Amino acid sequence: MPVVTYIPLAYGDLVLPALLVVMDAALSLVLQLKLEKQLVVATIRMVVQLVLVGYVLTFLFAAVSPLWTALAAFVMVLFASREIVARQKRRLPGVWSYGLGAGCTLLAAGTVTMFALLTQLRPEPWYHPRYALPLLGMILGNTMTGISLGLDVLITGLVRERAAIEACLALGGTRYQAVLPVVRDALRSGFTPIMNSMAAIGLVSLPGMMTGQILAGVEPVDAAKYQLLIMFLIAGGTGLGTLAAVLGGAHLLTDQRHRLRLDRISTGEPA
Amino acid sequence: MLTVSGLKRLHIRVSFDLQDGECVVLQGPSGVGKTLLLRSIADLDPNEGAVKLDGRLRETMPAPAWRKQVTYLAAEPGWWSDTVQKHFTTWDDALPLVKCLRLPDSCGSWPIQRLSTGERQRLALVRALVLQSRVLLLDEPTSALDAASVAAVESVIAERVAEGASVIWSTHDDAQARRVGSRILRMNTGGGIEECRS
Repeated sequence: MPVVTYIPLAYGDLVLPALLVVMDAALSLVLQLKLEKQLVVATIRMVVQLVLVGYVLTFLFAAVSPLWTALAAFVMVLFASREIVARQKRRLPGVWSYGLGAGCTLLAAGTVTMFALLTQLRPEPWYHPRYALPLLGMILGNTMTGISLGLDVLITGLVRERAAIEACLALGGTRYQAVLPVVRDALRSGFTPIMNSMAAIGLVSLPGMMTGQILAGVEPVDAAKYQLLIMFLIAGGTGLGTLAAVLGGAHLLTDQRHRLRLDRISTGEPA
Repeated sequence: MLTVSGLKRLHIRVSFDLQDGECVVLQGPSGVGKTLLLRSIADLDPNEGAVKLDGRLRETMPAPAWRKQVTYLAAEPGWWSDTVQKHFTTWDDALPLVKCLRLPDSCGSWPIQRLSTGERQRLALVRALVLQSRVLLLDEPTSALDAASVAAVESVIAERVAEGASVIWSTHDDAQARRVGSRILRMNTGGGIEECRS
């Protein structure tokens, strides 16, 4: 094992880099971009959130309690599903607006994280938050993108292709036959970002986790292996989550009598 | 025989019978709910009431099976694939009807975008006719057609009616209504229908 070395930062070391944000704000003022207020809010949120997360993780790592870890994971899934709902122009009815996104994210990200913890990484104990939470976080972020894109394309497509879907239904097609073209489009959109990032990774962008490990003194090749593991997990999680969400959404927007139920879509604020 | 009793959908409250081999015309001002009524009979929208074919309730069979026998044809047809023949199980079965309705034989391989509004309307009719349904619910099936094509459509439907099919034909054209219908059902703004013999 090589000795892991990294350069720790004090809070004071961050003052100088923070001046760069002040420079951005000054630019916004001079050029009248009217972004100052947003920039200040975003910066403050970032600082508070990250520092808080640092302390929360410190506590969790010291506790190594399955209960606290599960709670943290649950909160992460909640935020992810809130983000999914916020990205939809048109929403699913009632509890499903949150329920479907949350359920599918939990199912996909949860399954894949467990899979990695139990078969590949095998930390002691397996739910050790030091492994479970960062892993879940990375998979969650990407699964969320796939699900929200997939659902958005699904719902927009069902509305746009209404005449075609109902023509198929009127001629005796089942609801599955009728929505299949739209479902295919939605799945394709959900899968595209992860494929693009797999193709571009390392050339255009050095992924955040790998960068972090390299900064922390890990050998680049070892960091690359870790990154590969993560990418495979993300690809699996996105596929699973998008599939479940799109099929679930298609099921909710049709009914037992094979009707297209666009009346179930709400455009207002979620309940 | 198609029996509609106590059909309720939004403001619509309707009961009537439709015999085999009968063509009934549905008339009424725009927005009165003719399309809603036809869609409800085909069970494309949630609705209440007992709709039976030969005494058999539609709820006793899967909705796709019902719609293969009681087929709704929308005024503006939808297309789910890129070429014409992909919308047919077997394009060859459709060819005689395609010729009858004065469409070019070669249009099977055409992309949908190439079709005119009138061609789309006739192809959608062919698509519905190949099912050999017992009941046809036609929503303004000739609204985009020239006189010769209108005559072709009317004679194709008359043939089907003579063979025992039942038809509900919605139209704004009074002359057409008198030509094709044995009865006229007039829908009023209250959501009811009254019958007038033509």
